[in-house]
Amino acid sequence: MTPTRKRRLMMVLLIVLGVGTAAALALTAFNKNLMFFFSPSQVAAGEAPLNRSFRVGGMVKDNSVNRDDDGLTVRFIVHDNAKEVTIAYKGILPDLFREGQGIVAQGKLGSDGVFIADEVLAKHDENYMPPEVAAAMKPIGVDKQLKANN
Amino acid sequence: MLQAITKLASLKNFYFFCGKLLPWFAWPTLILMIVGLYWGLVEAPADYQQKDSYRIIYIHVPAAWMSLFVYMVMATSAAASLIWKTKASEVVANSCAPIGAAFTFLALATGSLWGKPMWGTWWEWDARLTSELVLLFLYLGYMALQSAFEDKRTAARATAILAIVGVVNIPIIHYSVEWWFTLHQGPTVQVLQEKQAMDKSMLYPLMVMATAFKTYFATVLLMRSRNEILERESHTKWVQEEREHL
Repeated sequence: MTPTRKRRLMMVLLIVLGVGTAAALALTAFNKNLMFFFSPSQVAAGEAPLNRSFRVGGMVKDNSVNRDDDGLTVRFIVHDNAKEVTIAYKGILPDLFREGQGIVAQGKLGSDGVFIADEVLAKHDENYMPPEVAAAMKPIGVDKQLKANN
Repeated sequence: MLQAITKLASLKNFYFFCGKLLPWFAWPTLILMIVGLYWGLVEAPADYQQKDSYRIIYIHVPAAWMSLFVYMVMATSAAASLIWKTKASEVVANSCAPIGAAFTFLALATGSLWGKPMWGTWWEWDARLTSELVLLFLYLGYMALQSAFEDKRTAARATAILAIVGVVNIPIIHYSVEWWFTLHQGPTVQVLQEKQAMDKSMLYPLMVMATAFKTYFATVLLMRSRNEILERESHTKWVQEEREHL
Protein backbone atom coordinates (compact mmCIF):
# COMPACT_ATOMS: atom_id res chain seq x y z
CA MET A 1 0.00 0.00 0.00
CA THR A 2 1.34 3.43 -0.88
CA PRO A 3 1.81 5.95 1.97
CA THR A 4 -1.06 8.09 0.65
CA ARG A 5 -3.46 5.15 0.69
CA LYS A 6 -2.25 4.08 4.11
CA ARG A 7 -2.95 7.60 5.36
CA ARG A 8 -6.44 7.54 3.87
CA LEU A 9 -7.11 4.13 5.41
CA MET A 10 -6.04 5.47 8.81
CA MET A 11 -8.38 8.43 8.30
CA VAL A 12 -11.32 6.11 7.60
CA LEU A 13 -10.53 4.03 10.69
CA LEU A 14 -10.20 7.20 12.78
CA ILE A 15 -13.62 8.44 11.61
CA VAL A 16 -15.23 5.12 12.56
CA LEU A 17 -13.43 5.05 15.92
CA GLY A 18 -14.14 8.70 16.72
CA VAL A 19 -17.80 8.62 15.80
CA GLY A 20 -18.17 5.28 17.57
CA THR A 21 -16.70 6.63 20.80
CA ALA A 22 -18.83 9.76 20.62
CA ALA A 23 -21.96 7.69 20.05
CA ALA A 24 -21.09 5.29 22.86
CA LEU A 25 -20.59 8.18 25.30
CA ALA A 26 -23.81 9.88 24.23
CA LEU A 27 -25.84 6.69 24.46
CA THR A 28 -24.44 5.86 27.90
CA ALA A 29 -25.28 9.36 29.10
CA PHE A 30 -28.83 9.12 27.77
CA ASN A 31 -29.23 5.47 28.72
CA LYS A 32 -32.25 6.11 30.95
CA ASN A 33 -34.03 8.22 28.35
CA LEU A 34 -33.62 5.50 25.76
CA MET A 35 -35.56 3.00 27.83
CA PHE A 36 -39.03 2.73 26.36
CA PHE A 37 -40.57 1.76 29.72
CA PHE A 38 -39.83 1.23 33.42
CA SER A 39 -40.01 -2.21 35.00
CA PRO A 40 -42.20 -2.79 38.09
CA SER A 41 -39.00 -3.16 40.15
CA GLN A 42 -37.85 0.30 39.05
CA VAL A 43 -41.27 1.72 39.91
CA ALA A 44 -41.11 0.08 43.35
CA ALA A 45 -37.63 1.50 43.89
CA GLY A 46 -38.99 4.99 43.18
CA GLU A 47 -36.99 5.46 39.97
CA ALA A 48 -40.05 6.35 37.92
CA PRO A 49 -41.06 10.02 37.74
CA LEU A 50 -43.86 11.28 39.98
CA ASN A 51 -46.66 13.49 38.65
CA ARG A 52 -45.45 12.92 35.12
CA SER A 53 -46.56 10.45 32.49
CA PHE A 54 -44.30 7.44 31.93
CA ARG A 55 -44.52 3.87 30.66
CA VAL A 56 -44.40 0.72 32.72
CA GLY A 57 -43.85 -2.69 31.16
CA GLY A 58 -44.03 -6.28 32.34
CA MET A 59 -46.00 -9.49 32.28
CA VAL A 60 -49.72 -9.52 33.09
CA LYS A 61 -50.09 -11.64 36.24
CA ASP A 62 -52.24 -14.75 35.94
CA ASN A 63 -55.80 -14.39 37.34
CA SER A 64 -55.31 -10.72 38.00
CA VAL A 65 -57.50 -9.20 35.27
CA ASN A 66 -60.75 -7.78 36.68
CA ARG A 67 -63.39 -5.44 35.40
CA ASP A 68 -64.84 -2.75 37.66
CA ASP A 69 -68.60 -2.50 38.18
CA ASP A 70 -68.85 0.29 35.61
CA GLY A 71 -67.93 -2.36 33.03
CA LEU A 72 -65.33 -0.12 31.41
CA THR A 73 -62.35 0.03 33.72
CA VAL A 74 -60.01 -2.94 33.63
CA ARG A 75 -57.68 -3.60 36.54
CA PHE A 76 -54.75 -5.94 36.30
CA ILE A 77 -51.36 -6.56 37.85
CA VAL A 78 -48.11 -6.34 35.90
CA HIS A 79 -45.01 -8.02 37.31
CA ASP A 80 -41.38 -8.73 36.38
CA ASN A 81 -40.93 -11.80 38.59
CA ALA A 82 -39.84 -9.52 41.43
CA LYS A 83 -42.24 -6.61 42.00
CA GLU A 84 -45.80 -5.84 40.97
CA VAL A 85 -47.75 -2.79 39.83
CA THR A 86 -51.53 -2.58 39.70
CA ILE A 87 -52.82 -0.89 36.56
CA ALA A 88 -56.25 0.58 35.93
CA TYR A 89 -57.23 1.27 32.35
CA LYS A 90 -60.37 2.51 30.63
CA GLY A 91 -60.34 1.70 26.94
CA ILE A 92 -59.91 -0.95 24.29
CA LEU A 93 -57.21 -3.53 24.93
CA PRO A 94 -55.06 -4.80 22.02
CA ASP A 95 -55.65 -8.26 20.53
CA LEU A 96 -52.61 -9.82 22.12
CA PHE A 97 -53.56 -8.67 25.63
CA ARG A 98 -54.01 -11.65 27.94
CA GLU A 99 -52.74 -13.04 31.20
CA GLY A 100 -49.08 -14.02 30.95
CA GLN A 101 -48.55 -11.61 28.04
CA GLY A 102 -45.99 -8.80 28.07
CA ILE A 103 -47.56 -5.34 27.93
CA VAL A 104 -46.49 -1.70 28.08
CA ALA A 105 -48.83 0.84 29.66
CA GLN A 106 -48.51 4.62 29.51
CA GLY A 107 -49.94 6.81 32.26
CA LYS A 108 -49.37 8.25 35.72
CA LEU A 109 -48.83 6.70 39.10
CA GLY A 110 -51.63 7.66 41.51
CA SER A 111 -51.01 8.48 45.17
CA ASP A 112 -52.57 5.13 46.15
CA GLY A 113 -49.90 3.28 44.14
CA VAL A 114 -52.30 2.36 41.33
CA PHE A 115 -51.02 3.19 37.85
CA ILE A 116 -53.72 4.97 35.85
CA ALA A 117 -53.05 4.08 32.21
CA ASP A 118 -54.35 5.98 29.22
CA GLU A 119 -52.76 3.63 26.70
CA VAL A 120 -52.02 -0.09 26.85
CA LEU A 121 -49.83 -1.75 24.20
CA ALA A 122 -49.17 -5.46 23.88
CA LYS A 123 -45.51 -6.42 23.66
CA HIS A 124 -44.94 -9.43 21.49
CA ASP A 125 -42.21 -11.86 22.51
CA GLU A 126 -39.71 -13.51 20.17
CA ASN A 127 -41.45 -16.91 20.11
CA TYR A 128 -43.22 -18.22 17.05
CA MET A 129 -44.80 -21.68 16.92
CA PRO A 130 -47.79 -23.52 15.48
CA PRO A 131 -50.83 -24.04 17.79
CA GLU A 132 -50.10 -27.78 18.13
CA VAL A 133 -46.62 -27.12 19.48
CA ALA A 134 -48.01 -24.52 21.88
CA ALA A 135 -50.63 -27.04 23.05
CA ALA A 136 -47.99 -29.72 23.55
CA MET A 137 -46.01 -27.30 25.69
CA LYS A 138 -49.04 -26.37 27.81
CA PRO A 139 -48.67 -29.09 30.51
CA ILE A 140 -45.34 -27.61 31.57
CA GLY A 141 -46.68 -24.11 31.01
CA VAL A 142 -45.89 -22.23 27.83
CA ASP A 143 -45.21 -19.01 29.65
CA LYS A 144 -42.83 -20.51 32.13
CA GLN A 145 -40.90 -22.33 29.47
CA LEU A 146 -40.73 -19.26 27.29
CA LYS A 147 -39.64 -17.13 30.20
CA ALA A 148 -36.94 -19.65 31.05
CA ASN A 149 -35.58 -19.10 27.56
CA ASN A 150 -35.25 -15.36 28.06
CA MET B 1 -5.03 -11.60 -7.91
CA LEU B 2 -4.08 -7.94 -7.54
CA GLN B 3 -3.91 -7.66 -11.29
CA ALA B 4 -7.39 -9.09 -11.65
CA ILE B 5 -8.78 -6.55 -9.17
CA THR B 6 -7.01 -3.67 -10.88
CA LYS B 7 -8.48 -4.79 -14.18
CA LEU B 8 -11.98 -4.87 -12.71
CA ALA B 9 -11.58 -1.34 -11.38
CA SER B 10 -11.87 -0.05 -14.93
CA LEU B 11 -15.50 0.76 -15.54
CA LYS B 12 -15.60 -0.94 -18.93
CA ASN B 13 -14.38 -4.26 -17.56
CA PHE B 14 -16.63 -3.93 -14.53
CA TYR B 15 -19.63 -3.36 -16.80
CA PHE B 16 -19.08 -6.62 -18.67
CA PHE B 17 -18.19 -8.48 -15.47
CA CYS B 18 -21.54 -7.41 -13.93
CA GLY B 19 -23.33 -8.50 -17.08
CA LYS B 20 -21.82 -11.97 -16.83
CA LEU B 21 -22.75 -12.33 -13.16
CA LEU B 22 -26.31 -11.09 -13.61
CA PRO B 23 -28.07 -14.36 -14.63
CA TRP B 24 -26.36 -16.23 -11.76
CA PHE B 25 -28.33 -14.10 -9.31
CA ALA B 26 -31.45 -13.26 -11.31
CA TRP B 27 -32.65 -16.84 -11.84
CA PRO B 28 -32.06 -18.04 -8.25
CA THR B 29 -33.97 -14.95 -7.08
CA LEU B 30 -37.00 -15.90 -9.12
CA ILE B 31 -36.98 -19.52 -7.93
CA LEU B 32 -36.26 -18.70 -4.25
CA MET B 33 -38.96 -16.01 -4.19
CA ILE B 34 -41.62 -18.36 -5.54
CA VAL B 35 -40.60 -21.22 -3.21
CA GLY B 36 -40.18 -18.96 -0.18
CA LEU B 37 -43.45 -17.07 -0.64
CA TYR B 38 -45.49 -20.24 -1.22
CA TRP B 39 -43.83 -22.03 1.70
CA GLY B 40 -44.18 -19.08 4.06
CA LEU B 41 -47.61 -17.79 3.09
CA VAL B 42 -49.38 -21.09 2.34
CA GLU B 43 -47.52 -24.13 3.69
CA ALA B 44 -46.17 -22.86 7.02
CA PRO B 45 -48.55 -23.28 9.98
CA ALA B 46 -50.32 -20.34 11.62
CA ASP B 47 -48.86 -18.95 14.85
CA TYR B 48 -50.42 -20.06 18.15
CA GLN B 49 -51.36 -16.56 19.21
CA GLN B 50 -50.99 -14.23 16.22
CA LYS B 51 -52.71 -16.64 13.80
CA ASP B 52 -52.05 -15.69 10.18
CA SER B 53 -50.95 -12.13 10.79
CA TYR B 54 -47.47 -13.29 11.78
CA ARG B 55 -46.84 -14.14 8.11
CA ILE B 56 -45.72 -10.57 7.45
CA ILE B 57 -42.46 -11.76 9.07
CA TYR B 58 -41.53 -13.35 5.72
CA ILE B 59 -41.24 -9.87 4.22
CA HIS B 60 -40.50 -7.74 7.28
CA VAL B 61 -37.55 -9.64 8.74
CA PRO B 62 -35.63 -10.25 5.46
CA ALA B 63 -36.18 -6.58 4.51
CA ALA B 64 -34.92 -5.41 7.91
CA TRP B 65 -31.85 -7.65 7.70
CA MET B 66 -31.14 -6.38 4.21
CA SER B 67 -31.47 -2.75 5.29
CA LEU B 68 -28.43 -3.32 7.55
CA PHE B 69 -26.55 -5.58 5.13
CA VAL B 70 -26.89 -3.17 2.18
CA TYR B 71 -25.61 -0.35 4.36
CA MET B 72 -22.47 -2.32 5.21
CA VAL B 73 -21.89 -3.06 1.51
CA MET B 74 -22.40 0.63 0.72
CA ALA B 75 -20.07 1.83 3.50
CA THR B 76 -17.38 -0.70 2.57
CA SER B 77 -17.40 0.35 -1.08
CA ALA B 78 -17.48 3.99 -0.01
CA ALA B 79 -14.41 3.43 2.17
CA ALA B 80 -12.69 1.68 -0.75
CA SER B 81 -13.42 4.64 -3.04
CA LEU B 82 -12.03 6.99 -0.43
CA ILE B 83 -8.82 5.00 -0.01
CA TRP B 84 -8.10 3.67 -3.51
CA LYS B 85 -10.12 6.21 -5.54
CA THR B 86 -11.55 3.41 -7.65
CA LYS B 87 -14.46 4.40 -9.84
CA ALA B 88 -16.04 0.95 -9.70
CA SER B 89 -16.46 1.13 -5.92
CA GLU B 90 -18.05 4.58 -6.28
CA VAL B 91 -20.54 3.09 -8.70
CA VAL B 92 -21.34 0.22 -6.31
CA ALA B 93 -21.80 2.54 -3.32
CA ASN B 94 -24.08 4.85 -5.30
CA SER B 95 -26.14 1.92 -6.56
CA CYS B 96 -26.60 0.59 -3.01
CA ALA B 97 -28.28 3.71 -1.62
CA PRO B 98 -31.70 3.56 -3.31
CA ILE B 99 -31.91 -0.23 -2.84
CA GLY B 100 -31.09 0.09 0.85
CA ALA B 101 -33.60 2.90 1.24
CA ALA B 102 -36.26 0.70 -0.36
CA PHE B 103 -35.52 -2.20 2.00
CA THR B 104 -35.58 0.13 5.02
CA PHE B 105 -38.88 1.64 3.94
CA LEU B 106 -40.32 -1.84 3.40
CA ALA B 107 -39.22 -2.93 6.89
CA LEU B 108 -40.73 0.18 8.49
CA ALA B 109 -43.98 -0.05 6.53
CA THR B 110 -44.60 -3.76 7.11
CA GLY B 111 -43.65 -3.36 10.79
CA SER B 112 -46.16 -0.55 11.12
CA LEU B 113 -48.93 -2.59 9.47
CA TRP B 114 -48.23 -5.45 11.88
CA GLY B 115 -47.84 -3.16 14.89
CA LYS B 116 -51.35 -1.72 14.68
CA PRO B 117 -53.24 -4.97 15.32
CA MET B 118 -50.58 -6.65 17.49
CA TRP B 119 -49.17 -3.89 19.67
CA GLY B 120 -52.11 -1.55 19.28
CA THR B 121 -50.14 1.28 17.66
CA TRP B 122 -48.76 2.18 14.24
CA TRP B 123 -45.65 3.81 15.61
CA GLU B 124 -43.85 4.26 18.92
CA TRP B 125 -40.57 6.09 19.46
CA ASP B 126 -38.73 3.13 20.93
CA ALA B 127 -35.01 2.55 20.32
CA ARG B 128 -35.40 -0.04 17.53
CA LEU B 129 -38.00 1.85 15.51
CA THR B 130 -36.27 5.20 15.89
CA SER B 131 -32.80 3.93 14.93
CA GLU B 132 -34.25 2.19 11.86
CA LEU B 133 -35.91 5.46 10.85
CA VAL B 134 -32.52 7.18 11.21
CA LEU B 135 -31.14 4.56 8.81
CA LEU B 136 -33.75 5.56 6.22
CA PHE B 137 -32.68 9.19 6.61
CA LEU B 138 -29.03 8.19 6.19
CA TYR B 139 -29.82 6.51 2.87
CA LEU B 140 -31.92 9.49 1.74
CA GLY B 141 -29.20 11.88 2.90
CA TYR B 142 -26.62 9.93 0.91
CA MET B 143 -28.77 10.22 -2.23
CA ALA B 144 -29.43 13.93 -1.69
CA LEU B 145 -25.76 14.69 -1.06
CA GLN B 146 -24.74 12.73 -4.13
CA SER B 147 -27.05 14.71 -6.40
CA ALA B 148 -25.92 18.01 -4.89
CA PHE B 149 -22.56 17.84 -6.70
CA GLU B 150 -22.04 18.40 -10.38
CA ASP B 151 -18.80 16.44 -10.45
CA LYS B 152 -19.15 12.70 -9.74
CA ARG B 153 -15.70 12.34 -8.18
CA THR B 154 -16.25 15.19 -5.71
CA ALA B 155 -19.69 13.77 -4.89
CA ALA B 156 -18.14 10.37 -4.21
CA ARG B 157 -15.72 11.82 -1.66
CA ALA B 158 -18.46 13.67 0.23
CA THR B 159 -20.93 10.78 0.24
CA ALA B 160 -18.23 8.31 1.29
CA ILE B 161 -17.61 10.27 4.48
CA LEU B 162 -21.34 10.38 5.21
CA ALA B 163 -21.63 6.63 4.62
CA ILE B 164 -18.69 5.87 6.92
CA VAL B 165 -19.99 8.12 9.71
CA GLY B 166 -23.39 6.42 9.44
CA VAL B 167 -21.89 3.00 10.15
CA VAL B 168 -22.17 3.83 13.85
CA ASN B 169 -25.95 3.40 13.55
CA ILE B 170 -25.73 -0.24 12.42
CA PRO B 171 -24.73 -1.85 15.76
CA ILE B 172 -27.18 0.50 17.49
CA ILE B 173 -30.06 -0.85 15.40
CA HIS B 174 -28.92 -4.43 15.85
CA TYR B 175 -28.44 -4.33 19.63
CA SER B 176 -31.16 -1.77 20.46
CA VAL B 177 -33.56 -4.50 21.62
CA GLU B 178 -30.93 -5.94 23.95
CA TRP B 179 -29.39 -2.76 25.35
CA TRP B 180 -32.66 -1.04 26.21
CA PHE B 181 -36.26 -1.89 27.04
CA THR B 182 -38.10 -1.55 23.75
CA LEU B 183 -41.59 -2.24 22.51
CA HIS B 184 -40.04 -4.23 19.68
CA GLN B 185 -39.39 -7.85 20.66
CA GLY B 186 -35.92 -9.29 21.06
CA PRO B 187 -34.16 -11.27 18.32
CA THR B 188 -35.96 -14.46 17.27
CA VAL B 189 -33.32 -15.90 14.97
CA GLN B 190 -29.88 -16.15 16.50
CA VAL B 191 -27.12 -17.92 14.65
CA LEU B 192 -25.15 -19.07 17.67
CA GLN B 193 -28.05 -20.69 19.47
CA GLU B 194 -29.00 -24.32 19.38
CA LYS B 195 -32.65 -23.96 20.31
CA GLN B 196 -34.37 -21.36 18.15
CA ALA B 197 -37.30 -19.32 19.44
CA MET B 198 -39.13 -20.08 16.20
CA ASP B 199 -40.51 -23.46 15.20
CA LYS B 200 -38.58 -25.10 12.35
CA SER B 201 -41.69 -25.31 10.14
CA MET B 202 -41.77 -21.50 10.22
CA LEU B 203 -38.04 -20.88 10.35
CA TYR B 204 -37.05 -22.71 7.15
CA PRO B 205 -39.27 -20.65 4.81
CA LEU B 206 -37.91 -17.53 6.54
CA MET B 207 -34.38 -18.65 5.67
CA VAL B 208 -35.43 -19.21 2.04
CA MET B 209 -36.92 -15.71 1.92
CA ALA B 210 -33.78 -14.23 3.49
CA THR B 211 -31.65 -15.89 0.79
CA ALA B 212 -34.07 -14.72 -1.91
CA PHE B 213 -33.73 -11.13 -0.65
CA LYS B 214 -29.92 -11.45 -0.74
CA THR B 215 -29.84 -12.67 -4.36
CA TYR B 216 -32.47 -10.07 -5.27
CA PHE B 217 -30.20 -7.37 -3.86
CA ALA B 218 -27.24 -8.73 -5.85
CA THR B 219 -29.34 -8.76 -9.04
CA VAL B 220 -30.60 -5.20 -8.63
CA LEU B 221 -27.16 -3.98 -7.55
CA LEU B 222 -25.58 -5.39 -10.72
CA MET B 223 -28.31 -3.85 -12.89
CA ARG B 224 -28.05 -0.44 -11.25
CA SER B 225 -24.25 -0.50 -11.44
CA ARG B 226 -24.38 -1.26 -15.16
CA ASN B 227 -26.78 1.63 -15.65
CA GLU B 228 -24.60 4.07 -13.79
CA ILE B 229 -21.50 2.97 -15.71
CA LEU B 230 -23.25 3.55 -19.05
CA GLU B 231 -24.28 7.00 -17.86
CA ARG B 232 -20.80 7.93 -16.61
CA GLU B 233 -19.05 6.62 -19.70
CA SER B 234 -21.65 7.77 -22.23
CA HIS B 235 -19.05 9.90 -24.03
CA THR B 236 -16.64 6.96 -24.59
CA LYS B 237 -16.31 4.91 -27.71
CA TRP B 238 -17.08 1.54 -26.13
CA VAL B 239 -20.42 2.72 -24.77
CA GLN B 240 -21.39 4.10 -28.19
CA GLU B 241 -20.44 0.78 -29.74
CA GLU B 242 -22.39 -1.06 -27.05
CA ARG B 243 -25.39 1.13 -27.82
CA GLU B 244 -25.30 0.12 -31.45
CA HIS B 245 -25.44 -3.51 -30.37
CA LEU B 246 -28.69 -2.99 -28.47
